[in-house]
Amino acid sequence: MSTTPEDSRGIGTDEWVAQHGERAQRGTGLYARIGEAWMGLPSLVRWGIPLLLVVLVPFAGSNDYILRIGINLGLFLLLALGLNLVVGYSGLLDLGFIAFYGFGAYAYAALASEQFGLHLPSLLAIVIVVVTTAAFGFTLGLPSRRLTGDYLAIATLFFGQMFVVLMVSSDAVQFPWMDEPMDLTGGANGISNVDQLSVLGFTFDSNLSYYLLLIVLVVLATVATKRIHFSRHGLAWRSLGEDSLAAQHMTIPTVRLKLLAFTLGAGIAGLAGAIFASVQQGVYPSTFELPLLITIYAAIILGGLGSIPGVLLGAAIMTILPELLRFPEYSNWLFLVVLILGTIMYLKSWKLVPAVFAGMIAIGFIANVIFLAIGVPYLTTAEWAKGPLAPVLGSWIFMPEERVLIGNIAFVALVVAVAWMSLLTRRTTIILLPFVLWLAIFTWEVRLMLEPSITRQLLVGALLVVLMATRPQGIFGKPRVEVL
Amino acid sequence: MMSGSPESESNPTPALELIDITKRFGGLTSLDALSLAVAPSEILSVIGPNGAGKTTFFNVITGVYTPDEGDVLLFGESIRGVDPHKVARRGVARTFQNVRLFQNLTVRENITAAMYGRTNASLFDIVFRTPRARREERENEERVLDALSFFGTRLQGYRLDQPAYSLSYANRRRLEVARAMATGASVLLLDEPAAGMNPKETQEITEIIGRLRDERSYTIVVIEHDMHVVEGVSDRVIALDHGVKIAEGSFEDVATHPAVIEAYLGRGSAARK
Repeated sequence: MSTTPEDSRGIGTDEWVAQHGERAQRGTGLYARIGEAWMGLPSLVRWGIPLLLVVLVPFAGSNDYILRIGINLGLFLLLALGLNLVVGYSGLLDLGFIAFYGFGAYAYAALASEQFGLHLPSLLAIVIVVVTTAAFGFTLGLPSRRLTGDYLAIATLFFGQMFVVLMVSSDAVQFPWMDEPMDLTGGANGISNVDQLSVLGFTFDSNLSYYLLLIVLVVLATVATKRIHFSRHGLAWRSLGEDSLAAQHMTIPTVRLKLLAFTLGAGIAGLAGAIFASVQQGVYPSTFELPLLITIYAAIILGGLGSIPGVLLGAAIMTILPELLRFPEYSNWLFLVVLILGTIMYLKSWKLVPAVFAGMIAIGFIANVIFLAIGVPYLTTAEWAKGPLAPVLGSWIFMPEERVLIGNIAFVALVVAVAWMSLLTRRTTIILLPFVLWLAIFTWEVRLMLEPSITRQLLVGALLVVLMATRPQGIFGKPRVEVL
Repeated sequence: MMSGSPESESNPTPALELIDITKRFGGLTSLDALSLAVAPSEILSVIGPNGAGKTTFFNVITGVYTPDEGDVLLFGESIRGVDPHKVARRGVARTFQNVRLFQNLTVRENITAAMYGRTNASLFDIVFRTPRARREERENEERVLDALSFFGTRLQGYRLDQPAYSLSYANRRRLEVARAMATGASVLLLDEPAAGMNPKETQEITEIIGRLRDERSYTIVVIEHDMHVVEGVSDRVIALDHGVKIAEGSFEDVATHPAVIEAYLGRGSAARK
């Protein structure tokens, strides 16, 4: 090729140009500087600080409720790390994943409860559970030899759904060699009184013990995944996710690796399931239905497919956020803060911020006057407003007596307004923004606060939409190119 | 047998031999009783109009298709019907007509991924970072730099850690060749390596193909439409049309062969000349 020095200085070696994309992404300002300083720390510190914080949680005078959330989070992290191997690396859309979690839980319950009168030692039971779940994963992975993409998703979704049906209906199975039908799974009631884990004489009988156990397991799983990420197996998985045919021609046995991914992912899910069964001291089929699967997928996509810190953060958000929103006083604050911060981020100009918010406040008072003029019956501040925000919101928000009806109208108007705003120019959007902001807060206070359990799902959904719209690659994910 | 050190030229066994290969797709016979042999460290070019069966020819060798009749021998051993990843392990690596890199992997990762077949660390080794895993990591690192050094500074330095999709078109083609080299193969099948390149880049890739043979003793089969490349690199040229070998010999012989001119330009063109 005669790479003379003149050549190499010429076309194609301009580092500055080539790194333009990275620079544009890196951003500027305070946020970027903090990010850079953080990434500059040794990785032991970067991983150690969050770890230390979670270990200290139970010793900072916290209660069982928080520990239960922590335990759920730990299980969820294990599941997300396992699913990441299959979906994040190998690109196999496995919608039956939750069945492995359920299978592990049921298998542990069968081996360590009165259901069959078996009370195997915990370690032995867990080994059996992990091995059988992995074998189940291998079996479910077999269609992936031929099926890819959407087709694999449909096939595995079927298995996932079938699992729940099977568990519900296997409470009276007639074996030919038995006189009576046999109860295998406890049907819709599940299996209760499952043994707690007991290893080397130590019984895990408190939330604290499970919390710490899960921290250890999540750390081990994270370290293992991190090592796999850059290894020959990790690279082989990622390349077959990119282009399976090219991977084959580059000495990578794609079929074997796909099956390995399914098997490993299932094994991890089985382990999580066994621990879940023993934490709960019971298993119930309704746990393993679609919502859990969707939440796990949301977590790994939110965090950034294939990125380990992303998977961990995504799982944390999806577990902790709905819990925070369970309490009206937290969710009220959270809503207002997110709304205000979101508006500031959207405006990207300090000059416009006071104008928009002043407009919003003015529209609130104008609305009050209009409502009063029409003669809509209303509640007094003392009747509805609670918490530290009461004096502020109480005098500004008009609270009609017919909260449900008027709230519903406002909600529909809000959704339509937000959807249509995406079509408008920036100037028009900014002119309309004060009204929409007022409408959002009005809807929130009047209608959504009435039903916190629905509201929290709405909010999580809205947050996902916003996050995915602003960062489609996930919080820590790298922007990806599908086909060029 | 394969890794890195192909047989010397005195070896009479061809590196690659096709014996009466026929491949049909329904009623279409894509390759029709095709026989040919490539000597070790030879550069063979395959030309022919669109639809002549050139890419099918590569797909039959690499195991994407199993031929309906005939046999494929690699250094005397049959690789007919062997899975693509095993063919690659036994020493045949290829590039693709429409570049198929692992787009979202970096340059370094693309090449390291192709070394899967020459490394042995198990998941256990990797998770517990055994000496074997660490040794292989170091070796891989050296091999990456070695494969890339072949292309001068084009794919080195900061580019090592850039995703493949961010590379220029010519660099993607170069990276694909480097990735094929990294498999440890001794036979390279290059499918239109100069497609879409400007004249200067075409000149460069021609020289690279020559150097691959001269410096690394690769056996190379090239499918190419650009006659400058074919003329520049080939020891021997084969022309295919409708799956049949219509001419074989030196570039001059084949380029002036009446059957070849007819295949490209239609009946009567040779006569009028």
